[in-house]
Amino acid sequence: MGKMTGNEFFVKALREEGVDKIFAYPGACVVDIFDELYKQNDVDLILPRHEQGLIHAAEGYARSTGRVGVCLVTSGPGATNLVTGIADANLDSVPLVCFTGQVPTGLIGNDTFQEVDIVGITRNITKYSMMVRDRKDLNKAIKEAFFIASSGRPGPVLVDLPKDVMAQSGSDEYPDSVNLRGYKPNTKVHDGQIKRAIKMIYKAKKPLFILGGGVKIAGAAEDMKKLMEATGIPAVTTIMGKGSVPTNHDLYFGNVGMHGCFAANNAVNNCDLLISIGTRFNDRITGKLGTFAPKAKIIHIDVDTASISKNVTVDVPLVGDAKEAIQKLLKASQEYDGESDMIPGWVEQLQEWKQQYPLYMNKKDKLTPKEIIDAINELYDEPIVTTDVGQHQMWTTQFFEIYGKRQLITSGGLGTMGYGLPAAIGAAIGNPGRDVIAVTGDGGFQMNSQELTTATINRLPVTVCIMNNGYLGMVRQWQDLFYDRAFAGTCLRRCKDCETAGCNELCAGRSDDCPPYVPDFVKLAEAYSAQGIRVTKADEIPEAFAKAKAKKDGPTVIEFLIEDEELVYPMIKPGGPITDLVLGE
Amino acid sequence: MNNDNNTMKRRWLSLYVENKTGVLARISGLLSGKSYNIHSLTVGETEDHTVSRMTICLDADENTFEQIKKQFNRSVEVIKVIDFTNLSIRTKEVMFIKINGVTDKTRTEIFQMAEAFKFQVKDMDKNSVLIESCRTEIKNDSILNVIYDRFKNIEVVRGGPVAIESISMQDR
Ligand SMILES: Cc1ncc(C[n+]2csc(CCOP(=O)(O)OP(=O)(O)O)c2C)c(N)n1
Ligand SMILES: [Mg+2]
Repeated sequence: MGKMTGNEFFVKALREEGVDKIFAYPGACVVDIFDELYKQNDVDLILPRHEQGLIHAAEGYARSTGRVGVCLVTSGPGATNLVTGIADANLDSVPLVCFTGQVPTGLIGNDTFQEVDIVGITRNITKYSMMVRDRKDLNKAIKEAFFIASSGRPGPVLVDLPKDVMAQSGSDEYPDSVNLRGYKPNTKVHDGQIKRAIKMIYKAKKPLFILGGGVKIAGAAEDMKKLMEATGIPAVTTIMGKGSVPTNHDLYFGNVGMHGCFAANNAVNNCDLLISIGTRFNDRITGKLGTFAPKAKIIHIDVDTASISKNVTVDVPLVGDAKEAIQKLLKASQEYDGESDMIPGWVEQLQEWKQQYPLYMNKKDKLTPKEIIDAINELYDEPIVTTDVGQHQMWTTQFFEIYGKRQLITSGGLGTMGYGLPAAIGAAIGNPGRDVIAVTGDGGFQMNSQELTTATINRLPVTVCIMNNGYLGMVRQWQDLFYDRAFAGTCLRRCKDCETAGCNELCAGRSDDCPPYVPDFVKLAEAYSAQGIRVTKADEIPEAFAKAKAKKDGPTVIEFLIEDEELVYPMIKPGGPITDLVLGE
Repeated sequence: MNNDNNTMKRRWLSLYVENKTGVLARISGLLSGKSYNIHSLTVGETEDHTVSRMTICLDADENTFEQIKKQFNRSVEVIKVIDFTNLSIRTKEVMFIKINGVTDKTRTEIFQMAEAFKFQVKDMDKNSVLIESCRTEIKNDSILNVIYDRFKNIEVVRGGPVAIESISMQDR
């Protein structure tokens, strides 16, 4: 057994974990670790331009590859800049290990320069957070962090590293196993419950699968398709689950939830058995609780016991890994010797609803969002698409067609604006050679636009599609529908002069008098050495994407000037039952 | 959801947790962060000094309580969760009451009460009397009520109940 400083051991541990990319930003309390990283070539240091961009990039990397995303930042402001991303990863079950520098142990509690209690701050938004107080605990702590982050329901783990502890010498041995008496993730599926479930499935007249993000996380997309086909049971997805089965499949009927489609929401309303896999049924999906799936018994498969029966009451809980559960259900269905009671008209009924009320968007004078997403569907072959948060996100989740896995990366649980570009950067780093597109809003893009630098210097051919409607569109939509068009704080063209021009009343719509948009996104792109393109008409779209594809050594920003007041439909009123679906136009 | 699941009820939990910095904060933070209302929480080391045991008493309906247990179960620091609600357990709580402004007459009265209600006088001087009571929480409530009725100038410190599973005695 040799000896190493904590700083040296840190790099060794990364190697042992097979980490080859670390998203890192330096500062006083981690400068020694950076020094070690500088001495080697196994682990690539990616330097984003803001720690929030850094952690979203790590999330994009983790979600697109299924591997753990690793962050390293300094104490104090470096650590607090991670907080939003940590909360985001916690709600979307993203495996991250976040290392934060900390002031030396002797100074903790003194309000030392750049000291914050980051373990305390993040205690409720991590899967686990800890400070390493003693060099002899470091080796085990890192091993445990990676294990906890990536096992069971994945999530973010924070490890706080005081500077003096890291400087000390200690064992260089990386533990080869973990034994945590309080953490034994249960992934084994109970066979008795599978039997009960399969009986219910075959006895149901109108069964329906609802698939959440857990199916993709478990890598169960292929098996899910087989199970759907073996049983003939139709499926709907949550936003996080979209792509769990190919979107063009005959038995797939779209997203449920606030902006889900008519067929999917109606299917939930009318089914008599809901087989849910890897979703916690959050409020954006169920609408008013108690009105959700009123006629259905519920089978709930989830690796996280605490997600079961959290928001809706479940009849058959099935704790375990989604992939194993799906495979066991598939086997059980092949061995089942009874007939299915599913009524023949059930799937036809869904098809009828789908044809009757498809997702659509009328053509307008200006570009429509659908035309942009349609073009992506047509011109790209299984791209990875990340989104920001807002209307453009909903349109993407509505119209984007997915055939492969892990193609859609969106902030579902926290709804974090500023997510799209950095997440795309992380995805591009993890998937060289694949097309990566960030669909973002004019508002959200500005929250992390500095990361264009990261894309440029790392030669990442990310394509940023800004859907510029001049508004914080999603909030404006609520003001349009529920607040008499009082666009308080949502017009992004508004400037000081508008007050004197009398634009304080309810908005009568865009006019030629509205001030020009700030910033000029094309010029901004060029300032970052990115390719900047502005598209105002539908027939310019193909050329813009062709140019983006041609640029292989850096990012392209395409600003699409879309309809200012396009709305996302259908829509369930916030807090209302999902039967109250407003179809729109 | 049936009605049973919506009735608020007093519930008891016994938690084995890692005896480490921050664990109490994690447990109490989990409860407060999700707006669960705790009645009492006590914690202390066990026969194994790396393990602490917590007795948590809270008011919750069935669904919320199930959720709380699951949340604890999945916490890395929690080793084991035991639901004491329907088990026969032995519980005790320490309570101190300091009564100020005591006269010769009322002091005698306090000694009589101590006799009748089975609490102890542990300390006193000319003006004050210090009472100690180690009973179940409910009995302590009653004692406190009696004292309140008679004396206004008092100081109360309560430790919160600790609980352990009974062996053969059924009573609490
Ligand atoms: C960090 C953050 N702040 C505020 C919000 C609330 N919010 C949700 S959508 C939205 C508007 C987003 O505007 P934009 O990025 O232009 O997208 P659009 O809806 O117009 O497509 C806002 C402000 C949020 N989700 N995240
Ligand atoms: Mg916008």
